[in-house]
This record gives sequence, C-alpha cells and structure tokens, in this order.
Amino acid sequence: MSYIRLVNVTKRFGDVTAVNNLNLEIDKGECFSMLGPSGCGKTTTLRMVAGFEDLTDGEVWVGDRLLSSPKKHHYTPPENRNFGMVFQAFAVWPHMSVYENVAFPLRLRGLPSAEIDQRTKDALAATNLLKAASESPDSLSGGGKQRVALARALAINPDVMLLDEPLSSLDPHLREEMRFEIKDLQRKYGFSIIYVTHDQSEAMALSHRILVMKLGVVQQIDKPLDIYAHPANRFVFSFIGVSSFTDVLWQDGKAFISGSDRPLPAALTVPEEMKAEARFSLASRPTEIEFTNAEDPAGVHGQVIRRAFLGEIVDYLVRIGDQQVRVQIGRRDPGPGPDEACCLKFLRPFWYKAED
Amino acid sequence: MSSATIKKDSGFGVAQLILLLSIAILVIFVAWPVLLILFNAFFVDGSFNSLDFYRVLTDPETFQALTNSLIIASMTTVGSTIVGTFFAWLVTRTDLPYKNFMKSLFLVPFMLPSFIGALAWKMLLSPHAGYINKAFMSLFGTTEPLFNIYTYYGISAVEVMYLFPFVFIQVCGALERMDPTLEESARISGAGLLTITRKITIPLVLPSIMSGALLIMLYSMAHFGTVAVLGIEQGIYNIPTLIYEKIHESAGSFESIRTGTVLATVLVVTAAIIIWGQQKILSRGHYQIIGGKSFRPMELKLRGLRWPLLLFCLAYIGFTIVLPTVVIFLVGGLNTYGLPFTWENLSLANYKYILTEYDVTKDAIFNSVSLGLAAAVITMFAGVMISYVIVKMKVRGKGILEFLGMLPFSVPGSVIALGVILAWSGKFGINLYNTVWIILVAYIARYMAFSLRANSAALEQVHDSLMEASRSCGATMWQSLKDIVIPLVKPGMISAFFLIFLPALRELTVSIMLYAPTTRTIGVAIYTLNEDGETVMSTALAGVALILIVIGQTLINHFTKKVSE
Repeated sequence: MSYIRLVNVTKRFGDVTAVNNLNLEIDKGECFSMLGPSGCGKTTTLRMVAGFEDLTDGEVWVGDRLLSSPKKHHYTPPENRNFGMVFQAFAVWPHMSVYENVAFPLRLRGLPSAEIDQRTKDALAATNLLKAASESPDSLSGGGKQRVALARALAINPDVMLLDEPLSSLDPHLREEMRFEIKDLQRKYGFSIIYVTHDQSEAMALSHRILVMKLGVVQQIDKPLDIYAHPANRFVFSFIGVSSFTDVLWQDGKAFISGSDRPLPAALTVPEEMKAEARFSLASRPTEIEFTNAEDPAGVHGQVIRRAFLGEIVDYLVRIGDQQVRVQIGRRDPGPGPDEACCLKFLRPFWYKAED
Repeated sequence: MSSATIKKDSGFGVAQLILLLSIAILVIFVAWPVLLILFNAFFVDGSFNSLDFYRVLTDPETFQALTNSLIIASMTTVGSTIVGTFFAWLVTRTDLPYKNFMKSLFLVPFMLPSFIGALAWKMLLSPHAGYINKAFMSLFGTTEPLFNIYTYYGISAVEVMYLFPFVFIQVCGALERMDPTLEESARISGAGLLTITRKITIPLVLPSIMSGALLIMLYSMAHFGTVAVLGIEQGIYNIPTLIYEKIHESAGSFESIRTGTVLATVLVVTAAIIIWGQQKILSRGHYQIIGGKSFRPMELKLRGLRWPLLLFCLAYIGFTIVLPTVVIFLVGGLNTYGLPFTWENLSLANYKYILTEYDVTKDAIFNSVSLGLAAAVITMFAGVMISYVIVKMKVRGKGILEFLGMLPFSVPGSVIALGVILAWSGKFGINLYNTVWIILVAYIARYMAFSLRANSAALEQVHDSLMEASRSCGATMWQSLKDIVIPLVKPGMISAFFLIFLPALRELTVSIMLYAPTTRTIGVAIYTLNEDGETVMSTALAGVALILIVIGQTLINHFTKKVSE
C-alpha cells in the first residue's frame, strides 16, 4: 500500500474551488513534485497535507494514520504530524542562532540534551552548517538560510518532507546546487518528499513522479520523461518545456497552415480525430524541428524572420503563412540566414484541438 | 567632435540658498530656544555654574517633581504596554468576532485629548464629589470612596487609557506584516500555539513593543494635561506642571525661570536618551520578518472565550471612551454643576451661550482654529523644503541640517514653550509675549517634527532617477520640482497638514504657558474655566472641542483615503 494517500480531496474557498476531487498515492521514499502555474492549487494541496488548511471534503492518510477527514471529524494539527517543512521565504527565526533554530523542534519533543546536541550537530553536518552553528541566521546568504531551514526539518527525522518552492528565492546557480543536495539528503534519510514548484526543470531533476495541475484539477501524473515525451493534453505540452503552436485549417481533405496556400506534406499525418475540426493546432518543440533542403517531400516551406545566437544554440523565428514557428538548432549545424527562404521538417509533431 | 561646455555651479547657488534658509528656520524656531534654556540652566550671572544647577535639582520641590514624573511615566508605560499588546494580539491573532471594527475602536483614544478625559474622570471619581464615588457611598452607606482618582494610580490609569494606542498600533503593524511561515515552521516543528506565541511571536515583535513603550515613556514624562487636572489639587506635580506653576505664579522672576530651565534641561536629556534608545532598538532588533507570498496568519481559536472576550473589549471601550464622553456632554448641559442628571436640569443653553455670547470661549475657538491653520500651512511648506534638502540634495554642510532636523523630535512641548518665552520676550529686540504670535512660533517649533517625518517619508519614495529623467528631457531643476517632485509628494504634504492641524486644535501644554487673557486656545479655556470653578462652561466647551475633533478626523480619513487612491 502507498505511504501517503489523498482520497477525494477537495478544498473550496467560498465559491472558488481551489482543489477538486484530488486522488493521490505517494510511496515511502518517493520524491513527488506538484507542478503548475500560480493559483493552480498545488500550494493549497501541500498545506492540506501539512495541516495548515482544513479539507472541505476527502481524507489525508500517512501510513496507517488518518490525518484529516472532515466527514469523520478528524484533524491532526500540524504540530503532531511529525513532518518537516521548508518554505519559500526561508522562515528561519532571526532571534535564534543557527544551532538554536535546528535544536528547537528537538527540544519540543523533550529529548535528553545529549541526544538533542547529537542530532542537531548531525543535521548541521549534513547541510554543511557546522561552522555557522553559533551565528545568527541573518548573517547567512539566502542559500545558507535555506540550509538552516532544511537542517531544522531534517533534525526530527520526519516521515514526510514538505517543500514549498524552497529554491525560488535563490539565485540560479545556487538553485541547481541545492537541488542535488536535497536529492542526496533524501537518499541518505529515506523520507518521502512532496515538492511544490512552478519551475519545471527543478521538478524534472528531482522527482520520481510529477503531477501537473491546472485550476485545481489534475492534468497528468507521470515520470518526468513521460510527462515530457507524452504530454496528456495541450496544457501539459505547453507548460512543460518550450513549445510553439501553429494554427492549421482543414479544407477539402487537406491541411493548410493558416494563411498558407501550400498544403502540409503527406508525411505529416493528421490524426483522424482532428479531421472533424475546421481548425486545430500543430504543436512542436523548437528543438524537434530541423531545416531541410527545398526538395524534401516532408518539408514545409517558410521564411526566416529573425535569427539569434544564444551561445550553444541558434534560435530562429520562421514565418509560414501568417503563423510563426520557433526553431532551435545547434551552433555548429548549418542554417539559413535572416530573411532567407527555408524548409522545415517537424520531427515529432503533436496535434491538439484549437483553444476555445 | 563637438565640445560641450559644462557649467559648473561654483560659489553661492540656489542649493546653498535653500540650505541656509532651512538651517535658519530650524535654528530660529527650535535650536535657539533650546540653547537659551541650556544657557539659563547652567550660567548664573554670565558664568558657568554647575553647582547651582545641582542645588536647584536637589531642591525638595524640584526633586519631588522629577520623582513623580518618573513614577507616573513608569506606571503608565507598563500599563499601556500590557493593555496595548494584549488588544493588538487579540485583534490580529485570534478569531475574535468583529475584529476590524474592534481595531478601529481601539484607535479612537488616539484622537481624544487626554486632559478632557482627565476632566471627565475627575467628575466621575474625585473622592467626594465624583458621580461614581457618590453613588457607591450612598449605595453602601460608607464614607470611603470606591477609588480616588487624585493619586498616582488614578493619574497613570487615565494616561494608560489615552496612550495605549501607541503600543497597540506598533504591535498590530508588526503582527500583520510578520511572515506567517515563521510561525508555521514552528508549528510543523511540533510547537503548539502557546509555545509559538511565547518562543517565536513575542520575541519577534519585541522590538516593536519596546519602541512603542519608549514612545509612551517619553510622552508621559512630558505630559501636562492629566497631571494638571488630577494631580495639582493633591500637590502631585510632575516636570511640566511644575514648570508651568513656576512660570505662572511668579510672573517670570529670575529664580522661577531658573528652576524651569533646570527642569526643562532634565526633560530634554531624558527625551534624548529615550529617543536614542528607541533608534538603537529599532536598528538592532529590526528583524527581517516581512515575508513574500502570504497566506492568512494562524488564528487562535478562542472557542468558548470568543464572546466573553468581545464583551470584555466592548466593556473596556464603554468604560474608557463612551462613559467619559457621555459625562462630558451631560455635565456640559447641566444648569449648575452638582445637580442630578434629570431632564429639568439639562438643556442646550450652555452650548448656545459659549458658542454665541461668551467672549472667552468664542475667542478660544477662533484662536485655536486660526493658530492651527497657520501653523499647519507654514510648517507644511517649511517641512517640505527641509526634508528635500535632507533627503535629496547633495550639498556641502548638509550634516548640520541633518543634526538640526533631529532636534524637533526630542524637544517636549513645555520645553519649547519655556524656550520661546526666553527667546521672544523682548530680551533680543522682539517682544511677542502676550500676543498670539508667540503661540504660533511655539506651534511651528512643536509640530516641525510631524511635518519632517511625513514629508521625508514621501520624498524617500520618489526615486532620484525620476528627477534625473525629467532633467534629461530638458526640464530645469525648478520645472522638475514643480512637475515631478511636488505632485509626487503631495500626499505627504497633505497628511502633514492634517497631522498638525488636528493636534494644534486641542493643544494645551504649550499654549497654557504662553496665553494672555485674549489669546486663550480651546485647551487653555477649558483648563482655566475649570480652575475658576466654571465647571459646566468648561465642560460644554470640551464637548464642542470633541465634536470639532471628530469632524476633523472624519475629514482627514476622507481626504487621505482619496489621496491614496
């Protein structure tokens, strides 16, 4: 049986449904990410697991412990859930030293002082903070403060670690470094992680599985690679990775890119369910389009609008009909110059119904 | 290649002129009177004499006043801090019903003048004539009053009622701005709400509590009205009331002026220490506790205590605000003081009399309104200019101005009044004594701090680049000031105007030392009529003052809301 279970969890704030009938199972030791734009309900879900928000309906279980269930009038307050939590804004207490911050949850549990000292030092060592133990957290950088928050959450040896956009307040290179530190700590301690973020690369790098959410409704739960390679719908496709959408018209049994009088080549097979629509979208990742020669039967003709060198890759904007397509190729690959006519080959086309 | 010639400002320019003007205003209105006090305190017959300073200080009467100030201020501070912190916590961190409404009710005492409150409490709780004490004595057939307001406890209790909002407002602000995740992370660590309050919340808002407490300490040390109304009868003097008594009774004899200046010096030094301490606390203990994305902070569920606590709050408001106000209006309507409140004894005759016939009160209302308007307008413009130099201009000699700009914050009202007497009574060629102008001069000095604070805050919001952008578009410095800076600081100027006008309307501490028979302010008229036994007239005027203040405050709220929109 799964370790963390959310059963039919719903949360309404007045008339607004923040989370709608969410069912979720997370294994012991799994790193599970919740991804979505702001306001999608991911943070609310995390806070319901933590116990900071009560449920409108449904149940939250961890192991064989029922934590929240409005139907059964059961609610375990956050302080009794034995979770660790790290917040975006660090939330380290400025009036205590680094050591005192980490020892605080242990003291609350009334442990013998020798054990408190040992576990505090272990947690500080695991997060490379031993040297800063007696300092005020205000003297640390953002990354340092977030390490204190991590150490504080680790010290109690939590069943579940809840991370609420823990890296968003850090600068980019530090973010990457901390990502792997969190992963290492999880391997070492074996707790489950629920990780909330709006940064997809963070979710990809850390997680065993990812949940993509939109307006309180689950869009897809899958392994990172599957989310990327097999997005469940238009929203997931556009939210994960860079994407470009092109309007396509279906006329007389042929597909035309909007504004273009040349039909799409037969090699780009339009799925049957799209043919009923007058208008739909051809979607692709800029890196999954390449330039081909003008005679290629699978090629789509267009014209370069602009070209930009972004270091290792070259970013093109190509006009086809009245649509624009982004193409990214390697720096060393041959490509057309600005304003030149060109021919594109879609390596992995996705087809979606037009947005309402 | 084109060669541009850069005109360099050399020597005496507009900037220097503004700087000098700013320095001159602060020196003439604030620094010089204070210097005169220090000079008179330490120099006897033109030579330095600290021994005589010590002699005056240890004179039993003076020393008693110092002790009294300290006792009353300490009790007031402790009381206000407890009351203010408790109510602030109640309206920000619990599920008390009608929290926002209660919060605005707790701010009401801010606008009520405490000496009018003291007057009301005198009528309620004076040992033998107070309405409550009389009722108590006749009810239980005793000659012992329930509570004697003419004591340290009585005076402090009345001051607490009107001063606790200083702590309340600071603590409310800190609790509301505090990042809720600081408390949530303690909760997830396993701490219950009581532990969180004790270990996290209170330590984090302690700097705000302390800074509010110090403000109250400063205010109470230098507070005239309550002690004058409730203490003098029993011989309880504090520093400001003794200064007043000395200047008043001896009509400016050398010995009493010396005592006054020595006491004033003690006040100035105390104020400086308190303000220094407050800055220290705020800068050192000012934790970065303001968070990013915010959820509602946790609320303590009061459960069964919800309604009883609301009732307690309402009872507190009823007892400390409604009851005294009602008493003021009722007594103001009595035909003769001492009669019971029955319909035959009550009428609007007194109100009509003081508004249309009685010269003393008519003059007082006219004086207070015109003095308030004049002081507010002058101080508002002077404040913009001085703040502009301090905040924005890069000009040599600004340091002097920054130092002088701190001064108005630490000079209490009675010190200013005494300094103004020393400076403007003809000793230096200009004699304003016994005219309305001397009160105006003192008001400008007294309220300069308010204007400087509001205007610097507004100016700090205006980033330098806005002005630079305007200059680079081809506007001159004056055009940029007129079209860019002034429109942006206008809200600050308007709030400065009101911040000065309303307190000036109900002012007592300064004008009581400077008034002449025809230059009474509303505060002076209420106080002197009461001293002369004209209790009902004095109370009726107090009622009128309360109405004026409430109308003024409503207008402010209306205007400042409009400006900020």
